[in-house]
Amino acid sequence: MNTLLQIKNVTKKYGGLIANNNISFDVAENEILSVIGPNGAGKSTLFKMISSFTPTTSGEVIYRGERISNLKPHIVARKGVVRTFQETTIFKSMTVHESVVVAQHLRAKASLSGYFLGSKAAKEDVKAFGKYADELLEFLEMSEISNEQASNLPQGSLRALGIAIGLATDPKVLLLDEPFAGMNHDETMRMVDLVRSVRDERGVTVMLVEHDMPAVMSISDRIIVLNFGEKIAEGTPSEIQNNEKVIEAYLGSADDEIGM
Amino acid sequence: MLNFSTKQLIGVGVFIFAIFVGVPFAIAATGRWDFFFTLTSVALLAIASAGVWLTFYIGRINIGQGAFALIGAYVSAILVVKAGWSFWISLPAAGLFAALVAILIGLPILRLRGVYFAMITLVLTQVVTLTALALPITNGAKGISSIPLPSGISLFSITIVPDFATMDSTKLAFYYTACILMIITYIALYRLVNSRLGHLCRSMQQNEELASSIGVNISYIRIVIFAISSFFGGIGGAMFGSIAQSVYPSSFQVADSVNFMLNCFLGGLGYVFGPMLGTLVLYFGWDLLFEFGKYQMLIYSTFLILIIRFLPNGLLSLSLRKGDNK
Repeated sequence: MNTLLQIKNVTKKYGGLIANNNISFDVAENEILSVIGPNGAGKSTLFKMISSFTPTTSGEVIYRGERISNLKPHIVARKGVVRTFQETTIFKSMTVHESVVVAQHLRAKASLSGYFLGSKAAKEDVKAFGKYADELLEFLEMSEISNEQASNLPQGSLRALGIAIGLATDPKVLLLDEPFAGMNHDETMRMVDLVRSVRDERGVTVMLVEHDMPAVMSISDRIIVLNFGEKIAEGTPSEIQNNEKVIEAYLGSADDEIGM
Repeated sequence: MLNFSTKQLIGVGVFIFAIFVGVPFAIAATGRWDFFFTLTSVALLAIASAGVWLTFYIGRINIGQGAFALIGAYVSAILVVKAGWSFWISLPAAGLFAALVAILIGLPILRLRGVYFAMITLVLTQVVTLTALALPITNGAKGISSIPLPSGISLFSITIVPDFATMDSTKLAFYYTACILMIITYIALYRLVNSRLGHLCRSMQQNEELASSIGVNISYIRIVIFAISSFFGGIGGAMFGSIAQSVYPSSFQVADSVNFMLNCFLGGLGYVFGPMLGTLVLYFGWDLLFEFGKYQMLIYSTFLILIIRFLPNGLLSLSLRKGDNK
């Protein structure tokens, strides 16, 4: 399999605090890779560095042979590495359809002034965006809430909207930030299917940060485990489940228990 | 090309008829010639307010439009008086110069959000006033006076715009000029808001992080919008200077900047035509309360507080519902 994304010796320090220490791993094309770890392990920081929302202190992120760390986030998004956020980060007063349309602006063929003057290309763009938004929402089974205002949506739909906005940019790599958080079993299973179909049918490589272990185990091709900013394990779900260091990190070692 | 619905076209038609035919007729009938000056001011202030509204549209509170209006007024005055330019060429030049200054100032300050951006812009008007006092070219506190009236424009010896200096009364001419400029401004604003740039602005206004995650170059768009916004300020200011035939450091003050912002709040931040209505109501409201003497400010501010309390989306939210003639 082709390597799409390389995380090379990435370190992030906030003052004296080391959020990520010398982390390296590769992401293969078309895989679903999860990053797990206890609270404060540095998962979100890692995601922020991959999407360039925060600079690395040292080390670099390579996408298709090109460094993408320490750039502006919109440039990384334009290259095809797109992150989603947790549910509160949405375009509140836009409808679902409007959000998905605006997220397609990178595909625009007409210039901004072309839009202002109402050029032919701009009109074609508008038509194409609307059509693709309908298609995408149907794919995500969101057609019936297409005209709902985003601020009125329940949590589960917000999460799906986040993914819809991310997908509308036509990404090659989608970074999902806790896509299953706060969901019940049925909702989680639906989301697992959705993420899988994003990979299978749209050819999008998916990385996710998640706490929900059953979901992670069922969805991931491989898993990276972080603890206190260090990578402590990497492997398939069954390898991770039987890894001693991982069990220790989650359950605490015997020494810790005495210490407590 | 403009994609207006029939209902909107009728509305726009009635509005244009009212300001170009109805108002002059009504003024002639009632003999209230002073209203020409009032309405001309409203039109020009509405242009500057349109700029402020646009900065609101990217989620920034702009209390510095007076600075750009003052810059526009001085640039036009200097070009006309000292360089001998035609006013009609100095007008876009004033707008462009204000936009250029906005780009230079915007680069560092547009990163700031909320109250921090507002505070810096609040200081801008004062900075420009003090600069005008200090620079030799602006003639210090004496300002620039006796600015000639706009000259005529003719193309192939056909008069397009008559020479203002040959008119008996320039009131009507200035009124028409201001109204035409205002209409062009608001058509441009409407187009901008409903184009891709407008949609990107809306995405930034609602969530800058999410906007950059979908590839929006937020710092670039902020600069573009702030420049356009200040262009409107410069145009409004230059036109004012030409009507008053003079510019002083105190021509636009911090209070004017605050008023530009209030016009937007009052009319409605969600509606393109909000600042136009806001300017009309605020300007006339203040004038109508004149007879209350020392209570003028008290009554005026009470009304403002009540409106903002009970109509947080502005006056236009009374008549217009979501999706309607936005």
